[in-house]
Amino acid sequence: MWSRAKEIASSLLLVELLKGLGLTGRHLFSRKVTVYFPEEKTPQSARFRGLHALRRYPNGEERCIACKLCEAVCPALAITIESEERQDGTRRTTRYDIDLTKCIFCGFCEESCPVDSIVETRVLEYHGEARGDLYYTKPVLLAIGDRYEARIAADRAEDARFR
Amino acid sequence: MMEFAGTVQDAFRGWFGPVWGSHAWIFAKSLAGIVAVLVPLLLTVLYYQLVERWVIGWIQVRRGPNRVGWMGVLQPIADAIKLLLKERIVPSSASKGLFFLAPIVAVAPALAVWAVVPFSPGWVIANVDAGLLVVLAMASMGVYGIIIAGWASNSKYAFLGAMRSAAQVVAYEIAMGFALVGALMAGQSLNLTEIVMRQGGDWGFLEWFWLPLAPFLVVYFIAGLAETNRAPFDMAEGESELVAGFHVEYSGMSFAVFFLAEYANMILVSTLTSLLFFGGWLSPLDFAFLREVPLAGLLAAPGIHWLLVKIAFFMFLFLWVRASFPRYRYDQVMRLGWKVFIPVTLVWIAVTGVMMLEPLASTPPFSLWFGK
Repeated sequence: MWSRAKEIASSLLLVELLKGLGLTGRHLFSRKVTVYFPEEKTPQSARFRGLHALRRYPNGEERCIACKLCEAVCPALAITIESEERQDGTRRTTRYDIDLTKCIFCGFCEESCPVDSIVETRVLEYHGEARGDLYYTKPVLLAIGDRYEARIAADRAEDARFR
Repeated sequence: MMEFAGTVQDAFRGWFGPVWGSHAWIFAKSLAGIVAVLVPLLLTVLYYQLVERWVIGWIQVRRGPNRVGWMGVLQPIADAIKLLLKERIVPSSASKGLFFLAPIVAVAPALAVWAVVPFSPGWVIANVDAGLLVVLAMASMGVYGIIIAGWASNSKYAFLGAMRSAAQVVAYEIAMGFALVGALMAGQSLNLTEIVMRQGGDWGFLEWFWLPLAPFLVVYFIAGLAETNRAPFDMAEGESELVAGFHVEYSGMSFAVFFLAEYANMILVSTLTSLLFFGGWLSPLDFAFLREVPLAGLLAAPGIHWLLVKIAFFMFLFLWVRASFPRYRYDQVMRLGWKVFIPVTLVWIAVTGVMMLEPLASTPPFSLWFGK
């Protein structure tokens, strides 16, 4: 009886509503968390899974040996690989395509790679303007690897003791 | 000021002759008044929506618009240009005439009410004795625009929004009317200027009607939220279930006109709350003993700035409430209107009547408000 009366009184006096207004009123003056994206960026982990790249050895030889583990493990079936024997007797890819519109950025390709060839870089700001622009082929992926090699190598080194 | 007005009046008599001169003078005076009220009103609406986005942003720990101009102050201009340049789409199955009429019907009463709103003694376009009635009449006209829009769009979502709006307005108009009845009982007049003047006295803000009429104040403001279809009563828009409700088919300027009507109504509710319950242009520090003190005397003086401060506070409250509360469910809106607000106002009308009865009306706490 008494608790019912208290309940009615508090609802007529808008107690809960005033509490709510108090809470939002406090947030009005709290520090804002917005990050101005193009000018400011949030910190990134060395393990960030962004745009893919194919790496080379320091002597310029491409790392990929066409074992097709990444193609097999890819849950989105985004990777297509074709290979043949090169003149020096090694097995190399003739085609290495990643359809980034299919890719879910799970990082399995990177984990499965025995020679650290396919990696995911920190790059996340890329786009395509036409259908097919996000279908990345072997030369493109190699070029990305060449461009960001220093960063990629540093990130692998930082992560090495956990692997 | 009065001398200048007299000179202009004489000039008008000279130009238009003795018969038409005074008519021309009244016409010109009203026109000047309308411009003087509507231009600041429209500018306020323009910037109110920027402030709304800021306040809601800050409450959500964001920063709000701040890219167009310094701190984003040119954002409303950019928005207005965008709306002006946008194509106005008319659905092929819409009822064309009504479709164009609806925004006009929505905005006309929202602007017309300002004729009877006083900003200071004498600063009113039409000082009619039935001011409060005009306000009530115009406030209930606005919903026709919404209903016509919902009907003419020939879209189920717009129609559902219009139906909700109609039911909601019927429910809340009554409670709002009763709250205003309380204000006019205490103010002993339907004239808004007189209701404000009656709140003046020797005890500053304690003389205002918000104390004896506190339930009416709360009911009026919440019913005002419902009447203007603002969150948490934006059933007519209901983004999550009705897309955008009654104006889902409107684009470009015809949408902007609905927008304008809604914001003008919000400013109106803020203004009326300040006038009826918070002493309008009277100073909160208008205590008898302060008036003689040199500097404090200035603070005790009434003036339009006090009204503007009060209006600004209630306009802020609209935004604060929107940022705080989730939308009511439809049956809750109906329950609140019919089963809470109407009984509460009915009871408090009786209580106000008792407070105004003679032996009580002249005893101390009540004599403050009713002993004049």
